Amino acid sequence: MEKLFQKISLASASLVLVILLGIFITLFNASKPAIDEFGFNFITDSTWNKEIIIDTPVTKVNEKIPVINEDIIMSNSPVIVDEDAVDSNTKTIFGGFIPIVGTLLSTLIALVFALPIAMGIAVFLAEIAPKHISHTVGIAIELLAAIPSIIFGMWGLYYFAPIVAGLVGGYQVSLLTAGLVLGVMILPFMAAVTRDSMNTTPDVLKESAYALGATKFEVIKDIIFPYSKVGIIGSIILALGRALGETMAVAFLIGSIFSLPSSINSPTISIPVAMANNFGEANGIGESTLFYLALILFVISFTVISFAKFFFLKGHKS
Amino acid sequence: MIMNIKKFSFTYPGAPAPSLQNINLPIEKNKITALIGPSGCGKSTLLRAMNRIHDLYPGNLYDGEIELLNSETNTMENILDIKKENEFIELRQKVGMIFQKPTPFPMSIFDNVAYGLKIAGIKDKSELAEKVETALKGSALWGEVKDRLNESAMGLSGGQQQRLCIARAVAVKPDLLLFDEPTSALDPISTGAIEELLVELKKDISIAIVTHNMQQASRISDYTAFMYLGDLVEFDKTETIFLNPNQKQTEDYITGRFG
Amino acid sequence: MRLLLNKFILGLSTLSALIGLAFLGWILITLFIKGISSFHFNLFLNDLINGGLRNLIVGQLMIAALASVIGIPLGMVAGIYIREYGRGKYAELIRNLSDIMVSAPSIVIGAFVYAVIVVPTGGTSGFAGSIALSIMMIPIVINTTDSMLSLVPKELREAGIALGASKYKVIIDIVIKSAKVGIMTGVLLAFARIVGETAPLLFTSETSNYFSLDMTESFPSLTVSIYDLANEPEKASRDLAWAASFILTVMVLVINLTGRFITRNKG
Repeated sequence: MEKLFQKISLASASLVLVILLGIFITLFNASKPAIDEFGFNFITDSTWNKEIIIDTPVTKVNEKIPVINEDIIMSNSPVIVDEDAVDSNTKTIFGGFIPIVGTLLSTLIALVFALPIAMGIAVFLAEIAPKHISHTVGIAIELLAAIPSIIFGMWGLYYFAPIVAGLVGGYQVSLLTAGLVLGVMILPFMAAVTRDSMNTTPDVLKESAYALGATKFEVIKDIIFPYSKVGIIGSIILALGRALGETMAVAFLIGSIFSLPSSINSPTISIPVAMANNFGEANGIGESTLFYLALILFVISFTVISFAKFFFLKGHKS
Repeated sequence: MIMNIKKFSFTYPGAPAPSLQNINLPIEKNKITALIGPSGCGKSTLLRAMNRIHDLYPGNLYDGEIELLNSETNTMENILDIKKENEFIELRQKVGMIFQKPTPFPMSIFDNVAYGLKIAGIKDKSELAEKVETALKGSALWGEVKDRLNESAMGLSGGQQQRLCIARAVAVKPDLLLFDEPTSALDPISTGAIEELLVELKKDISIAIVTHNMQQASRISDYTAFMYLGDLVEFDKTETIFLNPNQKQTEDYITGRFG
Repeated sequence: MRLLLNKFILGLSTLSALIGLAFLGWILITLFIKGISSFHFNLFLNDLINGGLRNLIVGQLMIAALASVIGIPLGMVAGIYIREYGRGKYAELIRNLSDIMVSAPSIVIGAFVYAVIVVPTGGTSGFAGSIALSIMMIPIVINTTDSMLSLVPKELREAGIALGASKYKVIIDIVIKSAKVGIMTGVLLAFARIVGETAPLLFTSETSNYFSLDMTESFPSLTVSIYDLANEPEKASRDLAWAASFILTVMVLVINLTGRFITRNKG
């Protein structure tokens, strides 16, 4: 019985490794056609669903570019592989640059927005609030983290985005609004991990500083932050890693347009949103392209999260 | 002798040097043997070798022999030879252990005391009830808990919890009981009660006790071993150790010249 | 001057906390107002085809329940391995990988399950959706189980071994029992997390307008339907999406708070 239990638990634990490898292998296999077709240029190519005619003496290129409709509040622009073009005369070109850029920029905006607020909340919880208030507010912040992402999408689209657009102009569905709502989503996580890091500072260290006459701010600035620096940076990078993969909130707010945003408040698209919108109808090279994007996203997230873990969060349990 | 430790050395996994060097120590039957010495001298390490609980954390290096009396065949068997799972289990049913921190299991008082019995295969309810009662009486706890045997053991006070652990260990009728600083986490009254208990217990069970409290050793033990930095410096009857030690180091420790 | 700066910074910090609370309040109030205004009890009696949410709520819970049946035991046993049996490199590797997987993009997991289950079986199914959610759940449960077991003092294990119990008996009778409350909370929180997920279900279970108990076909999902409804131009659809959002959030927060309440009482 003892041996059996050992074996079963080992098998369950190994499942994690199996699944992880399975994901990598599956994504790679499914994206192989796209990788073979587009190569690494995929990453810098900003065309999407562009049909070109090949092998004809007349050098005429048929272009189908999605039109940006300024009245669009909500748009799902499906990738329709033109069945008629299965004829070997034409092929469709996809490039991943736009969704990749959209993913990175929206995450960056989220980070810039969330960072100061999250730090402020962490300082409040760790150092300012008396115990019971810190406990209650802490729970409230954790509840914010528990709200499903699709709810952030709904609230963001119908209530938050109009206000932002009203304040700074531009479209309601844009890189900016998506990034800001994403920021609200990663806010609680960043605040909680930062607070936990700050709490690891030994009391004696803080007390020594106070005993010398330092103000609370000075103790935070000169003692606590340097002491917990590593954990705080780790939490920031980890939050970044999570934000990269966020789908639903961004899907409501980014506009789902395959074009580079002309300004921060114009619509664009991100990898998860491209996948969410197009997976249902895509087939052939279109579907393979989506897997290629998924693979890129997975590799980026995995790298960022591992980086945060190994360099900054050693011994920290998230 | 219930146990004979011969030329025993012990190295922790990955340690550069042995923690115990060439220990020769007899544990006499139905007597209390105390292991004393300053922090880090290896007394707990030695105690924990006697039921091979070090083996929970693999990679230890053993040298020498630790012989335990097999009461059926009346021969001494080297417990360092044990490799198989069921042999370890048998060893621990013969050599029990009480820890510094009381360790009540998260179950009722009755189930705590019955735990070792159930593992040993006793299933009959009346037999269990009888043995639990005997064990609890034997650790002077019966009167306090007889009306709440089904309540959680976590509700007991520290001293009661420790006596519960003793009852639990005694229930399986071991030949030797190892106590690792059993009263250092307890108040003086509970300490006194447990010391009385130990003196009673030795009538049926042999006892080895690690203590950093010299007065405790002189109060209750028959034999005392003084250890220092992994060596067994001196072993003798307790009166001799405390009144007329042979080694200067022993005398210095007893008189408090170093701690 | 120093004191002024101090007061200023501390004020900013408190302001941040208020901002955080404000967002929470804003979202909850919005949900409440929009949700209540579209709310009527028929939502629980009718299926989506008739303008209700019954099949979606039942469906979401069923998918999450099946995911839990798969994910919780696997996660717990794996967590036991890395904390109680694992020695050295391999256990540490699994622990780290599991930790990384907790933060992995959920839509990629959906794509994975699509490729390995939906495509070979010829179509979407509630079952595929559950598999996707269980893949998300396993690392979460591993993490909390590992954490909670690490809090059990080693003397307790040693005391069990010292009585002659075998290792697995010590784990089951003593260690897990001691960590029981914490593990249960972790499991509840994991459930609350996956029951609100949308992305992994988008192309694995999709959703359905009809009541169904057949998990081998497209299966009703509350979250996926919220997304679909919000995309439809009719106001009635959007109102329904709000009502569904309200119900979903209530569900998730209640489970979450229950988990915390259990720990507070016993911890």
